[in-house]
Amino acid sequence: MNAWASRYTRAFALYPYTRHADQDRDAPVRHPVVIVGGGPIGMALALDLGQRGVGVVVLDDHDGVGQGSRAICFAKRTLEICDRLGPGQRMVDKGEQWNLGRVFRGEDEIYTFNLLPEDGHRRPAFINLQQPYFEKFLVDAIREAQEAGAPIDIRGCNRVVACDPKDDHVALEVDTPDGPYRVEADWLVACDGANSPIRDGMGLGFDGRVFEDNFLIADIRMQAPFPTERRFWFDPPFNPGQTALMHKQPDDVWRLDFQLGWDIDRQAELDEDRIRERVRGMIGDRAFDMVWTSIYTFRCCTMDRYVHGRVIFAGDSAHQVSPFGARGANGGMQDADNLGWKLAAVLQGPAPEALIESYHVERKHAGLENIRNSSRTADFLTPRSPAHALFRDAVLDLVEDHAFARPMVNSGRLSAPASYDGSPLNGADDLPGAPARSRPGSPCPDAPLGDGFLLDHLTEACLLGIGAPVPEAVTIDGVTLKGLTLPADGLIAERYLGSAARSIYLIRPDQHVAARWEAFDPGPVALAVGQMMGRAC
Amino acid sequence: MLNTDPNLAVPDDFYAALLRAHEGLDADETHALNARLILILANHIGDLATLEEALALARGKVVEGDATTS
Ligand SMILES: Cc1cc2nc3c(=O)[nH]c(=O)nc-3n(C[C@H](O)[C@H](O)[C@H](O)COP(=O)(O)OP(=O)(O)OC[C@H]3O[C@@H](n4cnc5c(N)ncnc54)[C@H](O)[C@@H]3O)c2cc1C
Repeated sequence: MNAWASRYTRAFALYPYTRHADQDRDAPVRHPVVIVGGGPIGMALALDLGQRGVGVVVLDDHDGVGQGSRAICFAKRTLEICDRLGPGQRMVDKGEQWNLGRVFRGEDEIYTFNLLPEDGHRRPAFINLQQPYFEKFLVDAIREAQEAGAPIDIRGCNRVVACDPKDDHVALEVDTPDGPYRVEADWLVACDGANSPIRDGMGLGFDGRVFEDNFLIADIRMQAPFPTERRFWFDPPFNPGQTALMHKQPDDVWRLDFQLGWDIDRQAELDEDRIRERVRGMIGDRAFDMVWTSIYTFRCCTMDRYVHGRVIFAGDSAHQVSPFGARGANGGMQDADNLGWKLAAVLQGPAPEALIESYHVERKHAGLENIRNSSRTADFLTPRSPAHALFRDAVLDLVEDHAFARPMVNSGRLSAPASYDGSPLNGADDLPGAPARSRPGSPCPDAPLGDGFLLDHLTEACLLGIGAPVPEAVTIDGVTLKGLTLPADGLIAERYLGSAARSIYLIRPDQHVAARWEAFDPGPVALAVGQMMGRAC
Repeated sequence: MLNTDPNLAVPDDFYAALLRAHEGLDADETHALNARLILILANHIGDLATLEEALALARGKVVEGDATTS
């Protein structure tokens, strides 16, 4: 047995190494989907595929979830995806909800914002939850799905060391504590993080901008009467000339984040006494324990293409953003949401391989949107030139007394799902008077329905008749649609009809709108279903 | 559309007011005032296309004056 090197300590051991029968075969075993990397994105995708009956193997080079929180803010769309997959409620039960953000400059509070979540959605705008919990709840949900028969196989301490893409499959070499073995995949999804060994191994680029700044994270545990709100400082007395952030997490843990600047002595800054001094500067004289500290720098990068033949990139391997705006894991969860049903449809028959290309088109569009937003925040927080600093300070000068300047303060534009405008999967938008927010390509807005919510019902491809009847189930060219006829009133009417009297919506399995019309007409519906399945790509 | 025709009723009055606003300020304070002024006027104009035209016009003058700037 060789020595098994771990790159990080873990918070939860969830999938200890066990020898798999594949390791004793002479010829490599072929699986429909292999996912490299069991971070949040790999696990979410595995759960989605398994629930659709697609055989999936997850290879992760550790036996559990890494220590240290990293992500703490999980957005509404992520929670909706997790509701569809199962663990949404557990996340919300454990998470901290917050709406109020307060912005300080020096000693003074200059501005307060309220996320003001719109009424009539099951989920809040955001919860704060440590990333290890988020990942653990996904793995717990995988265990439940496995018991119910989902063909998901998680292999811990399985490090992919070589990847050989072929025309119709991918061959992998995997190292384990028992030595190496080979395995094959019809489709390989690289969810192996920002330093993706698969990406590097294939010689693919990861281009973008590095931001010249360092941030110190100190997650501390303390009993404090501070309310659950986000506090952000420009130039506070305890961190002059820099910014700082304070945010509540479950278990009495607080995320403190200090901007340090570019030229720092990293070792000195990580000295425990020095960190304690910084923390006391922010929270005053109060007892606390250190939970996790780290210094991070960031870059905003994306791959040129997210699909390379039978190798697909999802999550941080495909795109990396600054932490401002919480667009990393939240963006990656939408990758998983977008890809799961497409891989299933291609592997199970009704869709051509071309459907996978639409994953690249749609998620690259979203990736660029996330990078644009998070780079703009970084430019505001880390002025790179005298002009940047001049206008940042001008905005802050005006903020206190003038409402018009407040929307210009950019301490993070919080993650919102992308609308896939211009996607080749979008069909007709034939509903005069309907709201733009539910146009083809956009994520379905939630709304109350009976004792629950609309999104509870949109778990597969659907035809939604609002004030117009649709059949309970229809099969068109091998695609089965669930039919849902709803009355044209309340928030559903407001969010889906606007001034239209009635409508038919075609909804994708990932709860994005594919097409909409005034009335059910089999011809145009069949056309849009074909388009949604990538037959027009 | 950016209006580049003469539009101030009494241009000399505006110019004098602009100089008055900067009176007694050092270079940093003058820059800061100008930056605030730009934000205030931009908000008043509101229309992004118009603002982009104005920015291009202003930037164009800089580029013309310095052939090495790309
Ligand atoms: C300080 C900080 C704060 C953040 N805050 C937020 C936030 O509030 N909200 C948010 O949405 N995002 C946030 N993020 C981003 C978020 O943490 C990442 O986007 C997210 O972890 C990406 O998930 P992933 O599954 O793509 O990759 P990862 O979480 O990096 O997982 C990759 C997995 O692949 C495995 N692996 C790597 N190589 C191999 C190999 N050769 N073989 C097998 N397995 C391999 C790794 O062990 C790991 O388990 C933050 C990030 C940082 C650094």
